[in-house]
This record gives sequence, structure tokens and C-alpha cells, in this order.
Amino acid sequence: MKQVISRLASMVIVLIGVIALIFIMLRIVPGDPVTILLGEHYSQETIDRLTQAMNLDKPMIEQFFYYITHAMRGDLGVSYTMKRPVTELILQAFPYTLRLALMGVAFAWTIGLISGIISAITQNKATDRLFMTFSLAGVSLPIFMSALLLQYLFAFRWKLLPLTSSGSLVSMILPAIALGWNSAGTIARISRSSLLDVMQADYIDTARAKGLSKRAVILRHALKNSMLPVITMMALQFSSMMSGAVITESIFSIPGIGRLATQAIQNRDMPLLQGTVLFTTVLVILGNLVADLLYSVLDPRIRKAV
Amino acid sequence: MTVDNNQHLAEIGEMNGPKEKLIRMCRQNPLALISAVVILLMILLAILAPVIAPYGEAQQDLAERLQPPSAAHLFGTDELGRDVFTRILYGSRISLVIGIIPSAISLAVGILMGLSAGYFGSWVDYLIMRLADVMLSFPSLLLSMVIMFTLGRYANSVLCIFIALSMVGWASVARVVRSHTLSLKEEEYVEAAHSIGVSSPTILVRHILPNCVPSLIVLYTLNVPSCILSESTLSFLGIGVQPPMASWGLMINQSKQFLFTKPWLALAPSITIMIVVLAFNFLGDGLRDVLDPYLQRG
Repeated sequence: MKQVISRLASMVIVLIGVIALIFIMLRIVPGDPVTILLGEHYSQETIDRLTQAMNLDKPMIEQFFYYITHAMRGDLGVSYTMKRPVTELILQAFPYTLRLALMGVAFAWTIGLISGIISAITQNKATDRLFMTFSLAGVSLPIFMSALLLQYLFAFRWKLLPLTSSGSLVSMILPAIALGWNSAGTIARISRSSLLDVMQADYIDTARAKGLSKRAVILRHALKNSMLPVITMMALQFSSMMSGAVITESIFSIPGIGRLATQAIQNRDMPLLQGTVLFTTVLVILGNLVADLLYSVLDPRIRKAV
Repeated sequence: MTVDNNQHLAEIGEMNGPKEKLIRMCRQNPLALISAVVILLMILLAILAPVIAPYGEAQQDLAERLQPPSAAHLFGTDELGRDVFTRILYGSRISLVIGIIPSAISLAVGILMGLSAGYFGSWVDYLIMRLADVMLSFPSLLLSMVIMFTLGRYANSVLCIFIALSMVGWASVARVVRSHTLSLKEEEYVEAAHSIGVSSPTILVRHILPNCVPSLIVLYTLNVPSCILSESTLSFLGIGVQPPMASWGLMINQSKQFLFTKPWLALAPSITIMIVVLAFNFLGDGLRDVLDPYLQRG
């Protein structure tokens, strides 16, 4: 219990650090946000009025306090270019990103686990080598390249799937594969090495000595215990999935959070960028927390230590 | 019998020297050896780009635009009639430098932070590690995007990418160095050095850092390709290297509009990125197997 509390405490500290860092980094941006907002024609009077309305005349520390208290209430300011509350824009985009991420994860886990297990069973044989070389190639292929390749082959050449995504399940298949490809490679490698580690434990020898077949030993005894590092990996993958979503959404024109962030940069829309980065980072922090808790639920040794 | 034993021990000792480890890697893992050769070759090509390149870096020939690969233009020409092969050679200068230097900077920062955190402990440790937590909480691409957004108007784009990638990479290095330092701190030889009055900085540099070197070599080798990928991704999104400079990611970005009609334009830089990144990953993997069996495979 004590550990859970200290875990939560450091999470809050990290969260405040994250907000402070984004805030500072975006505040030293050159170019006055007010003039960006107004465009070409404006009078000094309008500038003063807007500067006051946007709190930009207040000292930095006061602005930060204002931002943090409002952010906690779910108010992330108003987008400069889209003239709508950032929270509203994010909540509208989130379902698309969520669907994309979930489908990507599902793809990565299915392919990654299956090839990891096959590799471990056939350790050092041709299938193992083949799968491991493929997984390294998967890790080395940047998402935008696999996305373009998938688009070219499946949408343009063979016309099997739509080129861009409308958000429907079918049109999300290509983006999800592009997004999950890298993670699949990582998961395959980790589950293989973890499974091989577990296979050296004494209880595996015992199970084998009882006369169980190798396959039964792996599926019934080894697999369960080898999943711990794979689950930790899931949390770390979550963060790179959010990075990947930015690229995938931009290529397949999915109206998700990643595309909001790219648009925010292109239009120099500071509140929108601040909001999207903050939102995704909070998601990653929560994902890590869930993985930590899951870890202690799954491993009784850690639970007892707590 | 004794002689035999000594000989045997000597052999074991020899097998674990750094040079022997590298030889062993080359023998067991030919892929790593080939990768090392490929990397050296790429670096050589980048240095010799002005000598090898058949055309000038920005030389345009509008009559020859969007040509498919031929003898005159090995990888074809782009929408301005520039030779794609030449652009790839010049692009390798930016892409490789962006892979190699920010990784080195983040390595140096990470070492400094990790050593201090692990050795001094208490609030120093807490502060540095929470800062690392903050950095690692950001999805790396978004963090680089924010840094590019902030610095974009101050400095030129390549310098911005340097800073962005260095800031993103140090935290994971710091974690590894810290955990090594924590366990090495308890070793008897460190205590012995302490007791004869060796100062803390000397202990850190002379006794603790050398023991981290194998893991650091592996981390560095694996960090380079991830920097190359980040650069190409940023440039692909249009917020990295700016034209008229050439980088592989930027070339893919510019060829996006011709993806379905002139696919070779995107293919050549894509394949180059893949080969280089794969080579670094294979080499890093091979080095890890011989230098640092305790680092988790990932």
C-alpha cells in the first residue's frame, strides 16, 4: 500500500513536471501569439484588448498557475486558428486515435506473440532465424515507409482496401497494420527471449520429467510466467504507439489527435499543440501506471513485497 | 596437470579480452560483421559525395524531370530534374551526421546524469530521475515536434534537430548508467579506493565508468538508427530538414505526390534508410550478445 502511494505521488510530480516543461518550451516561442491570431489587419487597440483577454500581459508564473488550474478542470484554452475550445477538439478526435491504437495493438500482439512463441519453440533452427530477421526488419522500417508501402500495394495496386481512412473499421485496417508493425517486431523478440529464459527454470525440468510433451510444457507452464516482461513492454510500446499515430494519421488522413498536433505545428497554434501534447502524455503516464499495477497483480511475489 | 590448468585458465582469460570478444562476434555473427562493413562504406560514401556524385547537389535539368532509372540517372530524376542518386549521396551526409552526433551528445549527458544520480544518491538522485521520468513520459516524436516548434525560428533546421534528438535520448542512457553505478558502488574495490582517499570524481571516472562502457557501446549503436529514423520522420512530416537541403526523409516527403505514378522516387531513399538502420541494429545486436549479455533484448 505504501508503495502504491509513493508511486502515485511520483506520478503527480512527473505530471506537474510535464506540464511545466511543455509550458516553458512553448512560451519561449518567438512571434507574438496575438499577431498570429489576428492575421494581417489589426489596430493597436485590438492587440491590447486580446493580450489582456488571453492573459499574456500577466507574469509568467501567474500564467502557469492559471493554465494548470484550468487544465485540471478540463479547460485547455481556445485554439487560435480553429477558434474552438481545445478540449472539444481533442475529445472529438480522440475516438479515432483510440480505435487506431487499439487495432494496432491487437495486430502487434497477435503477430508478435505468435512469431515469438514459434521462434522460441524452434530455437536456433531456420524458422527461428527467419522470424527474428523479419522482426528486426520490422523494427528497422519506419512507420511512414510501411504505411506508404501498404498504401501502394493494397490500395493502389490491388485495390483491396481504401486509400484513406474515413474511420470505419475496414478503412482502419491498413493504418492499424502500419502502426502495429514495429511493435510486433519488438514483442516477438521480447516474448522469444523471455520464453527461453523461463524454459531454463527447474519447474520446467520437473514438468518435462513427469513426461509432459515439450509443447504442453510451453503452453501450460512456461507461457504464463514468461508474459511478465512482455506486459511491461506493453506500457513502453504505448508511448511509441502515440508517436506512430501522429504519422499514420497524417498519411491516411485520419482526423485523430496526431493530426491535430501536426496541424497545430503547421499553423503555429500554440494552445492546440500544448493541449494535444499534454493529453497524449497524460495517456502515456496513465498507461504506465496501469501496467505497473497489472504487473503486481500478475506476479504474487511483487504483491507480497508491497 | 597444473600446467594444463594454467594453460586452460590463460585461454579463458584470452577469450574474454575486448579484442577477442570482437573476433568472436565476427565469427559467430557474420551479419554483424557485414553490417559494420556496410556502415563504414556508407560513411565513406558520405565523405566522398562530391567526388563520386555524377551531378551537382542542386543541379537541375527541367528537360530531364521525373525520368525513370537509367544508365545516365541510376535512380532516376525528381520533379526538378535533379539526379536522385546524387541527392541520396548528399542526403547521407545530413542523415548520418544527425544519427551520429545527437546520439553522442545524449550519451554524454546521460552518462553525467546517471553517474551523479547513482553515486550521490538522495535528493540528487530523486531530482535527476524524476526529470528523466518526465522526459520519458513524452511520446518522443511529439517532444521533438514541440522542440522544433519552439526553436524553429531561432536556428537552422539541422541544429534544431540536433537539440531535439539530444534532449529526447539522454534519459534512457541515464537510467542504465545509474543502475550500473548503484551496483558498482557497493563493490570492494570502490570502497578500497575510497578508504585510501581517492576523490569522488576520480572514482567515478576511473573505476565506475569503465565498467559501464560495454553497455554504453551497445546503447550508442542502437541509438544511432533511432535518431536517423526520427530525423527522417520529422523531415517526412515537413518539420525537419528544410529544402533545398537533401535528407532521406525529406526526399520521401517530396516524392509523396508521385508515389503512385513514379514509385522509384520514394523507393530509393526508403531502401537506403532501411539498409543503414538495419545495419546499425544488426551491429548493435551482435555487440550486445558478446559485450553485454545482461542488457535485455528489445
